[in-house]
Amino acid sequence: MSTLIEINDLSKVYERGRQKVEVLHGVNLAIAEGDFLALMGPSGSGKTTLLNLIGGLDTPTGGSLSVAGERIDRMSGGQLARWRAAHVGFVFQFYNLMPMLSAQRNVELPLLLTKLSASQRRQNASVALQLVGLADRASHKPSELSGGQQQRVAIARAIVSDPTLLVCDEPTGDLDRQSAEDILGLLRELNREHGKTIVMVTHDPKAAEYANHTLHLDKGALVEQAAA
Amino acid sequence: MKYLHLIWAALFRRKSRTFLTLVSILAAFLLFGMLDATRAAFSSGGSVVGVDRLITTSRYSIIQSLPSSLATRMQAVPGVKTVGHANWFGGIYQDPKNFVLSFAVSDNYLDIYHEIQLSPEQRKAFETTRTGAIVGEALAKRFGWKVGDKVPLQSTIFPQRNGDKTWPFDIVGIYTPAKGAANGTDQQFFFHYKYFQEANAYRSLGDTVGWYAIQLTSADKADSVAKAIDALSANSDHETKTQTEQAFNASFAKQLGDIGLIVSAIMGAVFFTLILLTGNTMAQAVRERTNELAVLKTIGFSSRSVLGMVLAEGVLLLVLGGVLGLAIAAVLVPIVAKGSGGMLNLPPIGAQTWLLGIALMVAIGALVGALPAIRAMRLNIVDALAGR
Ligand SMILES: Nc1ncnc2c1ncn2[C@@H]1O[C@H](COP(=O)(O)OP(=O)(O)O)[C@@H](O)[C@H]1O
Ligand SMILES: [Mg+2]
Repeated sequence: MSTLIEINDLSKVYERGRQKVEVLHGVNLAIAEGDFLALMGPSGSGKTTLLNLIGGLDTPTGGSLSVAGERIDRMSGGQLARWRAAHVGFVFQFYNLMPMLSAQRNVELPLLLTKLSASQRRQNASVALQLVGLADRASHKPSELSGGQQQRVAIARAIVSDPTLLVCDEPTGDLDRQSAEDILGLLRELNREHGKTIVMVTHDPKAAEYANHTLHLDKGALVEQAAA
Repeated sequence: MKYLHLIWAALFRRKSRTFLTLVSILAAFLLFGMLDATRAAFSSGGSVVGVDRLITTSRYSIIQSLPSSLATRMQAVPGVKTVGHANWFGGIYQDPKNFVLSFAVSDNYLDIYHEIQLSPEQRKAFETTRTGAIVGEALAKRFGWKVGDKVPLQSTIFPQRNGDKTWPFDIVGIYTPAKGAANGTDQQFFFHYKYFQEANAYRSLGDTVGWYAIQLTSADKADSVAKAIDALSANSDHETKTQTEQAFNASFAKQLGDIGLIVSAIMGAVFFTLILLTGNTMAQAVRERTNELAVLKTIGFSSRSVLGMVLAEGVLLLVLGGVLGLAIAAVLVPIVAKGSGGMLNLPPIGAQTWLLGIALMVAIGALVGALPAIRAMRLNIVDALAGR
């Protein structure tokens, strides 16, 4: 399998007033296309920060980061926005749906950035909702859906424009056991059947079992773990 | 346009707050519509007749009267065709709210004001009836007056010699103003100066008239004739000011107070308050949506399109409330004009008012949207998502 994401000596420093906090340092990592990777580690170890860098939401302080051969660490804000729209789907712990929009309209959001016609957008969103098993809830607002259902809508939104990469930050962190397993099963299906490369942050070892393999972060660096 | 449903959804995220904001915008533009109509009512109204007429008043105040002896000397000025005169009567019919624009005029007044058109019989009746009066058709319709009616008017100023302030009149003619006549010509009431003068308790004022109306031989003589007439009274105790009818109408409105300035001052204060209020509401509404805006950016919406959406939200808010307010004003203006009993001759809200109104809505909308929009544009995704 070819390498999709290549990370070399990556570092991220936040400046809080005069104080500099090095959140990530010396991270080296290669993620193959079609991989399903779980990132674990204690709270504050830099998991979200690393995921945000991979997803192009933030830019590193040092090192290099390329995705599918593109140096996203060198892109401007506007370039990154366009890159994200084309290549990445995001799933968050708290779903982050638009409360005023129906499930259907939420899923259509990323398609507003494409050249698709209104009817094509509607159709593609329906297909995505069908894929996550929520075709019958298309007209519901997020507040009328359970947590698990909302996360499914969020996943449909993440995949609707057919990105190569899905980044998921604790996607089951706010769900009960059963809903969590449903969501993880769905992610595994997207990985296996639809070839999505997935990077998922989790603190739950059971969730990590759904991934192909697991990496551990501690104090901003990747650590070897005998169990992984 | 693709984003319209997003903007709409954002706007109505908090229905009651948006509703209250809309009501205050609506109120502001309702007021704007009414006041603009009032301003227009006091501007001359674009009358096309009367370009060949001059008005001579006292130089110092239009309420100060002029000696009637001036008439013969004015008549001798080259370029003058006819010299007539009028006095303000200020009549009230039955009830103080029924104000009647009434004037005591010279016998040749109708020769100067051609737009007041009477049938020959009615004209004759007017000339031969001492207490005769002719009224505009709109005025007649308002009170249901017909030719032959005896109508008492109370003067707000002049008692008769017997001390009675009620003056009896006989309606002898009802006229239809010709095309192009000034606003409100069909609301007027004319009667004989002779009757006014003979019955007036204030005869001791001497033989005076309110103002002179001059018909020129041609319109291009206006300047030279005006100068010559004013020269007649230079350095006397009754210096005059002669101007075209249009200029006179404008200065008359000025004496009532500079309506335009007052309207602008009121609207300035109203819009200033509106900007603070709506600006604050918008800022709060956008702050509450920080997370949603961050999600839009995460998905790939550019900073500029986020900026545009928030700006558009401000403009949409203002246009929604403003158009509603102006529409209500457009309905109310004729009703108010009717209810004022002819005191306020409000013209309907026209294209110019709409244009100015919509320009104001867009400008205020963009203004109140600007700060939150810039904040949204600069929003850092990672910080916003983490709630920092
Ligand atoms: N924008 C930021 N400014 C300052 N400090 C930050 C910022 N983002 C993250 N941090 C700090 O970096 C550390 C790692 O954060 P994060 O990546 O969110 O950890 P995790 O997701 O593993 O819990 C934390 O100590 C956090 O406070
Ligand atoms: Mg985290």
